Amino acid sequence: MNQTRRGFMGKAFGAVAGIGAVGALYAMKRSWDPLPSVKAAGFTTIDLSSCSENKLVVEKWRGKPIFVLRKSAEMVSAQSDAQNARDIMVEGAHYMIAIGLCTHLGCIPAYREDKSDFKCACHGGEFDSSGINTVLPPEKPLLIPPFNVKGATVVLGEAGEVYNKMKESGLIA
Amino acid sequence: MAHFEKANSINEWFDQRLGVNTLQRVLAKEYWIPKDINFLWAMGMVLAITFGILLISGIFLLMYYQPNVDLAFDSVNYTIMQEVGFGWLWRHVHAVAASVVFLIIYIHMFTGIYYGSYKKGRELIWISGMLLFVAFSAEAFSGYMLPWGQMSYWAGMVITNLFSAGSLELNGVVEWIRGDYVPAQAFLTRFFMLHVLLIPVAIMALIGLHFGALRLPHVNNQNGEEIDYEVEAEKYKSGNKAASKVIAFANDFMSKDMFVVAVYLVFFFYLVFWNFTFAMDPVNFDPADGLVTPAHIYPEWYFLWSYEILRPFSKDVGLIAFAFAQVIFVLLPFLDRSPNSVPANRRGLFAIWFWAMLVDMIILTAMGKLPPEGVFSTIGFVAAVTFIGLWLVLPFITAIEKKL
Repeated sequence: MNQTRRGFMGKAFGAVAGIGAVGALYAMKRSWDPLPSVKAAGFTTIDLSSCSENKLVVEKWRGKPIFVLRKSAEMVSAQSDAQNARDIMVEGAHYMIAIGLCTHLGCIPAYREDKSDFKCACHGGEFDSSGINTVLPPEKPLLIPPFNVKGATVVLGEAGEVYNKMKESGLIA
Repeated sequence: MAHFEKANSINEWFDQRLGVNTLQRVLAKEYWIPKDINFLWAMGMVLAITFGILLISGIFLLMYYQPNVDLAFDSVNYTIMQEVGFGWLWRHVHAVAASVVFLIIYIHMFTGIYYGSYKKGRELIWISGMLLFVAFSAEAFSGYMLPWGQMSYWAGMVITNLFSAGSLELNGVVEWIRGDYVPAQAFLTRFFMLHVLLIPVAIMALIGLHFGALRLPHVNNQNGEEIDYEVEAEKYKSGNKAASKVIAFANDFMSKDMFVVAVYLVFFFYLVFWNFTFAMDPVNFDPADGLVTPAHIYPEWYFLWSYEILRPFSKDVGLIAFAFAQVIFVLLPFLDRSPNSVPANRRGLFAIWFWAMLVDMIILTAMGKLPPEGVFSTIGFVAAVTFIGLWLVLPFITAIEKKL
């Protein structure tokens, strides 16, 4: 048996197997991706007219809890600029809208009406009424989902003008 | 065509075709085990038997379990527990074995650390053993998802979130692992696949490697004594069994091994029939609900020590400490710089290191179960820092260790 011939056959097999392996790995990676139907079912419309002040409403979007909080006049008057910047104005009222998952490891913080803040039972993190983190371990504010204000309703999953402005100003990562 | 004689017995017929006598000699009759060992050397067999119990009970659960987010909870808590004849037995056996297997793994691990059974040719035994620990951890976690209760869902949420790697915010990776934005149908089905096929196959392959890595270096003994196996084997085979330092794996050693297994099984079935609740978290008897987080999310007892290393730090530091804790045991044969392969009590500073590590992991386990408040938080933090510190000093204290 000619050694160079055997070497060629080995390299040829290696090349074919290598291409096959890359292709197979790509197919396997794609098979684990979220399905198109999962991605498409990603829009939720929330009617804000039924919200009352300082009462947390929890909606569901893409399987995640969404916090909707209509703020009272006294809450707004006590707010800093950083807090105001995260508020969403709908028909003259201030709203906090955020994904209700702690930015530490994804538990759902509970709203405390007397203190107007959120506390996470898992690891003790706290957020103020604008969703800004105040007590460790979470190091980031609650995430604001893509939204679009339409009259008295908000569509989640659709990036509107206000959302894009917030994003440009660096409020939303 | 190879030449075959007519066989005179069934044994000879099989030996001609499969070499069964050679196999029996290599794996049993002339596989030599030192006499100077104790009951802790039976933990490997105890683990093999427990894995067998998990496999058999799992097969019966698999016949009625439904990997569907709407049906999973009831298929476990109603169909298997109430309708299937003896379904409760398989479930309790499976849950108790999944918990107890980690107790035995930890005993097996610390026995190996105490007697220095991870060096001088035994490195691959240690490494394959630690890979088995990782595979068993993944198997336990994926299995915990399947009843689709509150603890399944939220443990799934929290653990998959770890893959966002803290401030790197790799949310795409997390969504890819889940196949959805949150744990849902795609998540349940793929973890079901991992639990019943891919990970068990990996475990069986690793057990083969673990046993294979043991055959040439042989098991260690209570004094770390180097044994000339050929000389001792000759003494044994010539009938001078009393003077030989070794016995055959089968049937001599196996009879003692299986006696320990019998004692273990009495304890095991006592737990299954009278004290199984420790393996059944009450929170997991509420169906999964993505809009309600349980008050406290904590893992099963065997993950508490590494969970406690994650908890007292800020997010990124905690993740790094957690990752460190997951991989560092694998490196033990290389971090221990001493050539001494003897029991820890004869190794000076290493004896202190061994007991400090054992006690520290017990403290971490206890603190991981308690709510992260006040003094418990502080103790947990100190214990986590101690854990990392012990690993950092190990190469230094073993490098200065006197050669015995």
